[in-house]
Amino acid sequence: MEALEIARWQFGITTVYHFMMVPLTIGLGLVVAVIQTIWFRTGNPAYLRMTKFWGKLFLINFIMGVATGIVQEFQFGMAWSEYSRFVGDVFGAPLALEALLAFFVESTFLGLWIFGWKQLKKGVHLACLWIAVIGSVFSAYFIIVANSWMQHPVGVRMVDGRPHMTDAWAVFTNNTALVAVPHTLFGALAVAGGFLLGIAWYHLWRRRRDGIDTVGPDGRVIPGEAAIAGRDRADHTVWIRSLRIGAVVAMISFAGTALTGDLQGKLMFEQQPMKMAAAEAACHDGTGFSVLSVGNLGSKNCDEIKAVIEVPGILSYLAKGDFTTEVKGVNSLLEQYKADYGTTLPDNPIYGERAGQEIQYVPVMEVTYWGFRAMIGFGGLAALAALVALWLTRKGTVTESRWLMRLAVFGILAPFGANATGWIFTEMGRQPFVVAPNPDLNGIDQVFMFTAAAVSPGVSAGELLTSLIVLTAVYAVLLVVEVKLLVKYIRGGVVSAMPELVHAPIDENEDATPGPGGKPGSSDDVLAFAY
Amino acid sequence: MELLPTIWFIAIAVLWTGYLFLEGFDLGVGMLMKLFARNNTERRVLLNTIGPVWDGNEVWLLTAGGATFAAFPFWYASLFSALYLPLLLVLVALIFRAVAFEYRGKVDTDRWRNTWDWAIAGGSFLAAFGVGAALALTTTGLPLNSNGDRDGGPFSWFSGYALLGGFAVAGFALLHALAFLALKTDGDVRHRARRWFVRLLPVLLLPMAGWAISVQLLSGELWTVAILAVAVGAAATAWLQGRKGNEGLAFLAVGVFLLCGAASIFGAVFPVVLPSTIDPAFSLTVTNASSSDYTLGLMSIVACVGLPLVIAYQAWTYWVFRRRVSAAHIPEAHSFLPAIAAKALARND
Ligand code: HDD
Ligand code: HEM
Ligand code: HEM
Repeated sequence: MEALEIARWQFGITTVYHFMMVPLTIGLGLVVAVIQTIWFRTGNPAYLRMTKFWGKLFLINFIMGVATGIVQEFQFGMAWSEYSRFVGDVFGAPLALEALLAFFVESTFLGLWIFGWKQLKKGVHLACLWIAVIGSVFSAYFIIVANSWMQHPVGVRMVDGRPHMTDAWAVFTNNTALVAVPHTLFGALAVAGGFLLGIAWYHLWRRRRDGIDTVGPDGRVIPGEAAIAGRDRADHTVWIRSLRIGAVVAMISFAGTALTGDLQGKLMFEQQPMKMAAAEAACHDGTGFSVLSVGNLGSKNCDEIKAVIEVPGILSYLAKGDFTTEVKGVNSLLEQYKADYGTTLPDNPIYGERAGQEIQYVPVMEVTYWGFRAMIGFGGLAALAALVALWLTRKGTVTESRWLMRLAVFGILAPFGANATGWIFTEMGRQPFVVAPNPDLNGIDQVFMFTAAAVSPGVSAGELLTSLIVLTAVYAVLLVVEVKLLVKYIRGGVVSAMPELVHAPIDENEDATPGPGGKPGSSDDVLAFAY
Repeated sequence: MELLPTIWFIAIAVLWTGYLFLEGFDLGVGMLMKLFARNNTERRVLLNTIGPVWDGNEVWLLTAGGATFAAFPFWYASLFSALYLPLLLVLVALIFRAVAFEYRGKVDTDRWRNTWDWAIAGGSFLAAFGVGAALALTTTGLPLNSNGDRDGGPFSWFSGYALLGGFAVAGFALLHALAFLALKTDGDVRHRARRWFVRLLPVLLLPMAGWAISVQLLSGELWTVAILAVAVGAAATAWLQGRKGNEGLAFLAVGVFLLCGAASIFGAVFPVVLPSTIDPAFSLTVTNASSSDYTLGLMSIVACVGLPLVIAYQAWTYWVFRRRVSAAHIPEAHSFLPAIAAKALARND
């Protein structure tokens, strides 16, 4: 394989992996912060338990987001030096601001939250979590501003062949970013919702199987109590509330992704028409949304693709908001792209051996077509499942069906799938550009970069292959470890995150003694929570 | 000399120095997990001294990297791509180290803990060594061609300076960690750390001094040599204060050593940011590697607000967790998972 291809695989693999952790961090962080706030305001011990249990899982996952994020930060310079040189003036700023204004906040205040249960006043302690979580939202904002500039460059002027930032406001309020940020945040919440729902279902199911909870003649739950730490009545409350919170979050966030996704589609129609056409495998101009297309999507000859089921008008609605606008298909766009950006890669040393090659303006259509549908499909499935789950548990517990429990647990993966496919669609649909041209030629014509020019010229294919193998192997091992730990702590239930329940199940009101250093000996469960 | 690029050169030097200062001791504490701690309780003492702060410290590295990207894209691109394999090693080291902190206590077996202890110690060492090598090479030069890309094979960056820089940062981190432990712990760990500090100081600071002196020989000026002399004075003070048992002053003096050492090194290479060993004409300088004034101006405004804020709340964290950690505060490990026990119980009756 060529260096360019390896570098692309590496970027794809490491980013998709990073983005397995990130949505759970953002989504679960927000949910835990809300739960702890409810505990703070009501003093209801069930919410303390929820805070600690979900907080523990949050931390196990958080650390993987941190570890894989560092790779992302370094990778631009290591593997994509030409890209870094080209975009640095614009792209570097949001990246640096992300570290300065978001990562510092997140990591510092999360450290305070983890270790500060006893050292800090309750309100201050809660505030630390909120600050950390808001930090993660800001980090999402900054990185998406960077990404959106690659999708839709704005606020720059070409100087000596490189874009210079001229209007920071335009860069930081890029409309592409303004819709992508809420869309991604809702996507993250969808992950958290499914996570709560699946795990809470499992625990409710286990309480029934173990005979702790029973159902009365009216089908209502009769929460029971086993003489074992952590399996009391409050435990039932923990899971049923978690389940409901999860289900509601999952449904709301799907609605949120659908609304914002619709806006994204309309922007995409203007900003990256080829991506839109490729997402539909639409070869010819038309108005119909394809529900199912068959044929060889990968073939370069678009005409081999047949739309089997097509709903007229919907594509126009996605793109323009009416039912009649003709959306340009791949074939007519292709001619336009060739006219605007050339048919072959220019004879410039940064293209290396790739100079003179024909440019493939049509992204890999299997990926864009199915990626788009998988994103929507996985998300919609999860939302539907959440609705059904709410209905099935309206009397306070789950059924004894092992099969349904498995489905609920397995369903945790669906929103992850939606996120991954969404990004793969976005990033691969942008090809062959790494910085896609802004078709609105007002002042920023010629600001674009082909992916073929972006890779580091000095780095050999061997080096890239080494890092691809090493990082993939490391990530694979760590994924196994993370999932094992998650499973262990999930099975352990609340007690695994609150060992203090074993010793003093009643005293869980955490009467923290605030003040310097905390009271002697009180550090016990604080440390246990962390290490 | 242009003003904004110069300011940003200083800002990046400050960020790297801040990184070495803060993550210096937590990298060192990581290495000491294997070199110094005698049993699991002591290891947990060590971990708990840095637990709340290590991630915040690591962000200094990310910020230094990100700021270099934004302010000097050419420096960032050339340095990171030229040092591809060593930086890969740093990344893997940082990944394992970060994960190990969080996962080490999550399974209660010796084998599990021992595996992650090695990840912490090895990861900390390799990260310190790799960052040190990279920083040393950015001050002494890399084989860069006219486009700023590395000529020669994947290892053409190698020179003795890489080893010197690697040992410099690893040694400094160890010493800084000993000073930190003497300050942050109590009981046996505290006393042993103090003894080790006094005994090992000359050895551990030697490579850092060697790096600083080499840079002076390559491109030093009078004022940078003078600052280096201050650094040496600070090292001597650290030793004396350590012997007297003034842990706070000893820690501070090590910090001053780092500050002055870094200032003498960065000061000496200025205005070059990355020398080319092929042809000085290909060297990257603050002027030819920097971003536009607009971007630098924007970043300056944000940094002026952001950086003091970061320093303030990080300082507050250290204040909140200022209590010394000692073996007496370390509770039994909890590995009890009663809900699983409940399953067995329910099946039995
Ligand atoms: C749970 C996650 C999730 C769900 C349910 C959806 N999306 Fe999405 N989508 C994402 C998660 C996501 C994402 C991973 O967050 C992406 C990748 C890049 C981005 O900005 O968001 C994305 C990208 C993305 C894009 C590409 C934007 C671009 O390339 O510039 C479009 C057009 C949509 N989405 C549209 C939708 C529609 C119409 C949905 C209908 C229900 C939908 N998404 C559900
Ligand atoms: C928001 C920040 C992001 C930035 C700045 C970014 C930037 C990049 C860059 C520079 C490349 C390499 C060049 C290319 O092949 O086009 C790339 C490729 C890629 N990225 Fe992103 N990315 C971001 C987020 C993501 C996320 C979150 C994912 C997935 C979860 C993702 C998935 C991919 C994939 C699959 C590729 C490979 C595409 C290909 O080579 O065909 N990206 N991205
Ligand atoms: C390719 C582009 C990306 C880069 C360069 C990047 C960089 C990083 C880095 C360096 C970290 C570790 C921070 C730490 O040590 O505390 C991290 C974690 C994280 N990133 Fe990414 N990231 C990318 C993609 C994304 C995307 C697309 C999002 C969100 C939409 C995101 C949001 C987060 C969040 C929430 C974390 C959690 C952990 C933390 O911030 O500490 N990242 N990222």
